[in-house]
Amino acid sequence: MSATVTETEQPPTRTGTTRKRVTLTQRDARLGLWLMSPTLIVVLAIVIFPLLWSILLSFQRMRLIQIGRADFFEPLTLANYQRVLGSSTFWNSLLTTFIYTFGSVVLVIFLGVLAAMAVRQPFRGRTFVRAAYLLPYVAPVVAVTYIWRTMLNPEFGIVNIIGQNLLGWDEPIPFLSQAVGHWNLFGLEIPVPTALLTVIVFEGWRYFPFAFLFLMARLAAMSDEPEEAALVDGATPWQSFRFIVLPQLMPIIGLLAVLRTIWTFNEFDDIFLLTGGAAGTNVASVQIYNYLTVQRNVGAAAAQSVIMALVLIIMLGFYLLILRRRGERV
Amino acid sequence: MSAETVITPPSQVAAPPEPRRMAHGTRHRVQSRVFRIGRWVVIIGFLIATLVPFYYMLLLSVKPIESLLQNPAALWVKPSEFTLQTYVNVLSSTASGGQGFGRFLVNSGMVALASVALALLIGIPGAYAIARLPFIGRRYVSGVFLAAYLFPAILMAIPLFVGFTRLGLRGNLVGLIIVYTAQTVPVAIYMLRNYFETVPEAIEEAGLVDGLSRMGVLRQISLKLALPSIMSTGLFVFMIAWNEFLFALLFLVDRRERWTVSLGLSQLSGSVEVPTTVLMAGSVVLTLPIIIIFFATERLLTGGLTAGAEKG
Repeated sequence: MSATVTETEQPPTRTGTTRKRVTLTQRDARLGLWLMSPTLIVVLAIVIFPLLWSILLSFQRMRLIQIGRADFFEPLTLANYQRVLGSSTFWNSLLTTFIYTFGSVVLVIFLGVLAAMAVRQPFRGRTFVRAAYLLPYVAPVVAVTYIWRTMLNPEFGIVNIIGQNLLGWDEPIPFLSQAVGHWNLFGLEIPVPTALLTVIVFEGWRYFPFAFLFLMARLAAMSDEPEEAALVDGATPWQSFRFIVLPQLMPIIGLLAVLRTIWTFNEFDDIFLLTGGAAGTNVASVQIYNYLTVQRNVGAAAAQSVIMALVLIIMLGFYLLILRRRGERV
Repeated sequence: MSAETVITPPSQVAAPPEPRRMAHGTRHRVQSRVFRIGRWVVIIGFLIATLVPFYYMLLLSVKPIESLLQNPAALWVKPSEFTLQTYVNVLSSTASGGQGFGRFLVNSGMVALASVALALLIGIPGAYAIARLPFIGRRYVSGVFLAAYLFPAILMAIPLFVGFTRLGLRGNLVGLIIVYTAQTVPVAIYMLRNYFETVPEAIEEAGLVDGLSRMGVLRQISLKLALPSIMSTGLFVFMIAWNEFLFALLFLVDRRERWTVSLGLSQLSGSVEVPTTVLMAGSVVLTLPIIIIFFATERLLTGGLTAGAEKG
C-alpha cells in the first residue's frame, strides 16, 4: 500500500518528460490498433463470426435448400441436438475419432522421436536426409492420399504385390475397404480393424515430420555436457537417452501432443480422401460433412460440430489438469 | 514448460560411483554397437518410407496403363515403354480430350498468389503491432486466434458456405482467396512476430530519434531487416493455399472450369474413366511446385516454424 502512495507522489518533479513519454506511448498504442485492425476485421468476419453463427445454427431447423432465405431469427430448438445425440452413428463416430486420434498422436510422436534421435549426430548427407523426412508433411494431401490409395490397391498396388510375392500372403489385403480383418497368429484368429489401422499408419507417416522438426530444433539447442558426464560415469546409451535426453524433450513432446490432438481430432481431408469414411473410419468430421452434403441438414451438422468442439475442450482441460498435477510432483 | 525444471534429473542419475564403470563395460559396449547399427537401420528405414511413395508416383506417371496392369510388380520403367503422353493428356483441356489440369494449375496459382499477397499485406502490420506496439488487448490477440483453432474447420465452413452463397462468392475464386487469407493470417502473424522481435529495439529507437515516424521505422528499418523471413512466411502461406482441399471442395465442386489442382485430382480419382497413370501425372503436377519451393527454401522455412521450440 505504502509503496504505491510514494510512487504517485514522486512524478511532479519531472512532469515535462513524463507527459512527452505518455503521448508517444499513446500514439504508438493508437497506431498499434490501426495496424492490427485489418487482421481483426478479417479474422472476425471469416473465423469468429462464422463460429458464432454456427453455434446459433445448431439451435435452428435448417436444411441446405433453405439457406437462400435463412436469417438469424429463426425459432430456437433443441431438435438438432436430440437428433445427433440420439443416433448410434454419432456415438460410433465419436469412439472412432477417439481411437484414431489417440493412435495417431502416439504414433506420430514415437516416430518423430525415433527419427530425430537417429539423425541427431552429424553425418554425410544429413541435410538431404532431413529434407527428405519432411516431404510427407509438405506434399499436397490430395496427392499423397492418391499415391497411398494406388499403392494399397488390392489389384495392382505395389504393397499387395510385394505381400503376395515375397511375404507369402494368400490373398491381397483390401487395406482401405475392409472394416475388420482376421489375422492368424499362432492358430488364434485375431480381429483387426484394417482400414482404421491403415489410416492411423497414414497419419503417422504424414505427420511424424512435424514432430521431427520440433524435436530436432530442441535437440540442437541442448547442451552436450550432461550426456558427456554421464558417459564418463559409465551410463549406457539407453540410460543416457532415458534419463538425460528424454526428460529434456518432455516439454516439447507435451506441446506436440496437445497440438496434434487438436488437429487430428478435427482432421477431415485425410480420411475423406483415403476411405471416404467407409469401413469403420467414419470419424466425426466426415460424419459432419455427410450431414451437410448428403442429408443436407445444416442444423444437425452444426450441432455435431459444437458437440465435438466441447468434447475437445473438455479433453484439453483434463490434459492441462494432468500436466499441472505432474508439474507439482516433479 | 520451462527447460529448467527438467534438467534436474540427469545429475541424480548420471552419477554412479566410479568403480561400477568397469562392471558395466560389456553391456555398455554391446548396447553402443546395437545403437550404432540400429541408427543406420532407422535412418534408411525412414528414407525408404518417405521417398518410395514419391518415386512410385513418378514411376507410374511415365508408363502406359497397360504396362502397369500387365506387370504391376515392376519398380522401373522399360525405355521402350517410357511415355510423356500421360502428362499431355492430363494437362490439355477437356475440349481437346484431356483432363484440363492446365486450367486447374492457373486457378491454383492465382488463388495461392493472391492469398500470399493479402496475407502478407494484412499480417505484416499486425505482426509488427503485436511485437512492438502497446495497444489495448495486445496480450489477448494470440489467445483468441489460438482458441479459434480448437474448432473444426468444417464448423466455420457451414456459415461461410451459407454466407458466401448469398453474397454470390461461392463458386468463385475470390471467395476461396478470402477464406485462405483469413486462415493463413494468424500463422503469418505468428511467424513474422518472432522475426520482428529479433530486430534490436535500439536500431528502431535510433530511427525514431532521427525523426522517422513509427510507420517510417516499420517501412525503412524493420521491413528491410525482416525481408528473408517475410519471404519464408510468404512461401509457407503459398504452400498452405496450394495444398488446401476442404474449402475448394465445398465452394467449387460444381464448377469444373474453376477447380484447383487438388480438387481436380480428388474429383477425377473417384471416376474409373481416367487411367491411374494419367492421374499420377496429375499428382506430379500438383506436387512438383511444392517440392521445388520446399527444397529451395528448406532452411528458411523450418527455421521460421520452430523459432520458439529451442527454448523448450
